[in-house]
Amino acid sequence: MTTATPTVAVGTQKTDGTPSTTAGRVRKRLNSRTATLVSIVIAVVWTIPTFGLLISSLRPEDEIKTTGWWTAFTNPQFTLENYQQVLFGRSSSSGQLASYFINSLAITVPSVLFPLAFASLAAYALAWIKFRGRDWLYIAIFALQIVPLQMALVPLLKFFSTGVTLGGVTLMPAWDLVDEQKFAQVWFAHTCFALPFAVFLLHNFISQLPGDLMEAARVDGATHPKIFRTIVLPLITPALAAFGIFQFLWVWNDLLVALIFAGGGNETAPLTVRLAEMAGTRGNEWQRLTAGAFVSIVVPLIVFLSLQRFFVRGLLAGSVKG
Amino acid sequence: MEFDFAEEQPKFLMLMYGLIAFVVVVGGLLLLLDVVPAWFARRREAQLVTASASGAPLPRRRSKGEGLFALFFLLPTLLLLTVGLVVPAIRTTLLSFMDAGSTNWVGLRNYGWMFSDDSIVRVLINTLVWVVLVPLIATGFGLIYAVLVDKARFESVAKSLIFLPMAISFVGASIIWKFVYAYRGEGDQIGLLNQIVVSLGGEPKQWLLESPLNTLLLIVIMVWIQAGFAMVVLSAAIKAIPGDIVEAARLDGVSPWQMFWQITMPSIRPALIVVVVTLTIATLKVFDIVRTATNGNYDTSVIASEMYNQAFRYGQNGQGSALAVFLFILVIPVVIYQIRNLRQQREG
Repeated sequence: MTTATPTVAVGTQKTDGTPSTTAGRVRKRLNSRTATLVSIVIAVVWTIPTFGLLISSLRPEDEIKTTGWWTAFTNPQFTLENYQQVLFGRSSSSGQLASYFINSLAITVPSVLFPLAFASLAAYALAWIKFRGRDWLYIAIFALQIVPLQMALVPLLKFFSTGVTLGGVTLMPAWDLVDEQKFAQVWFAHTCFALPFAVFLLHNFISQLPGDLMEAARVDGATHPKIFRTIVLPLITPALAAFGIFQFLWVWNDLLVALIFAGGGNETAPLTVRLAEMAGTRGNEWQRLTAGAFVSIVVPLIVFLSLQRFFVRGLLAGSVKG
Repeated sequence: MEFDFAEEQPKFLMLMYGLIAFVVVVGGLLLLLDVVPAWFARRREAQLVTASASGAPLPRRRSKGEGLFALFFLLPTLLLLTVGLVVPAIRTTLLSFMDAGSTNWVGLRNYGWMFSDDSIVRVLINTLVWVVLVPLIATGFGLIYAVLVDKARFESVAKSLIFLPMAISFVGASIIWKFVYAYRGEGDQIGLLNQIVVSLGGEPKQWLLESPLNTLLLIVIMVWIQAGFAMVVLSAAIKAIPGDIVEAARLDGVSPWQMFWQITMPSIRPALIVVVVTLTIATLKVFDIVRTATNGNYDTSVIASEMYNQAFRYGQNGQGSALAVFLFILVIPVVIYQIRNLRQQREG
């Protein structure tokens, strides 16, 4: 890192206008060359681990276990056997990832939709409906981001398993969920944990909508639900997309919540849980681990690459000013 | 031997129930919000008509309607936050003063345990190392890279490459890096790191078993994931620096080095703070990497993973809760700092 620091300053020089002297021009070109070189080196270093894994996942088992993946360049031997095995194999050791893949999907879709809907409703109310204590409520919801979800895990799990009783009166029965029904727990948990940030992010967008628009609609006699549906929703689609991608990546990639609320079986556990398990118990089965890791990576990568624009916008809105 | 699609049907059924629930809840809420006010409006109209007919004073328009609307809009969020975060957080705080089975009060014993048990002190030290190194290195790399590729021809591709790990799960990333750190006793190495060591004439090592080196190697994974985030935010901040300031500085003949320290750095300070704070919070809660890569063994555990172990593997609810509360206490000042910063930015 320290060795690269001087080139930082050097790198900024390429924003300079064209220097008038020949020497200056040569120096500038050399400097921007160093900058380019350093940035390429960083990019390569950053990409190599993933690339190595991808190559490995396509190599036959014996090859993976005995030679480095870089030998595939001199001795190319490729197969899809690993994927076939890890996805569709029926033996308990093979991975059965197809089944877990469906779990990931079933967990993710509602876990994205629910917070999106609830948070946009709440954000609208906090931004455009006047009522007492509005600012305090917003700050309170925002501040809930402080609570690390580790703090909610034990009681929330108890809440699902034993329900709520207050002074002997059962306010809410135990959920008693089995197998696939446990999805509901995971949806619930993900929705709760996502709300503070979702409200914060969407509030940022919604409160910046032009007030004249709302005023005009109010004068025309539109009610809040009508304004919300016909004016606000279409305008905040980019924000919804941004948060949707956030939430999607976070839920799909989550391990902790799933580990606790989904149970470990192939009825409900998502890919991440299964992979973590395989990494622990079958740490040397590289042919399965490499292929499995790629199966879990591929969906978020597609989402990420195709919707990167929205994602970045959401990131900037969430962390830096508008 | 083949995958049976029919067996997966209950899952899709459950997913469908979830979607139906979504439509019913959200649709029902919006419908309710539409129908109820319309009904009130009609009733009010009728009242007005009868009032004007009988010459009685007109009923005053109530201003509470707004509040009622707000309540409905906020209802699901407030309900879920109360059930899912507020009440559990309070309960966890209470549990942290109770014993393993959450039946007897034990006062501060769990907290005493936290600071006296050698293995837990080790966990706290590890967390400290994480929280110092990750934000610093990730932000540093992100900043250097953002400056380097700024306005370069291949900028968007170059940025995507660094940003890509953000999309990969911590579990996936850990497996990727476990493979880099892989060790073989005899024959060719299959792990890149050991291969490099061997080709430089060294001995292959079991990287993840050697403390404290293994903690640093896990930190590398986190840095690898998060540098992209830092880079994207800082890059946007750099691009937002007004052109005339840069131009003026250039006319004054400042060197690139001065330009960086006197123009770029002060201009992106707010973004820099946000990045460091966000990374700090993320690092404090790191769990997946440690669990996947070493399961917290070989002295690599951090607070979040130890909390899981205590509460869910050893059944020590009290000790697990105490760790969670401690994590909460660590996060508070960081978040307050961020809130204050955001507010200043907004006013400034």
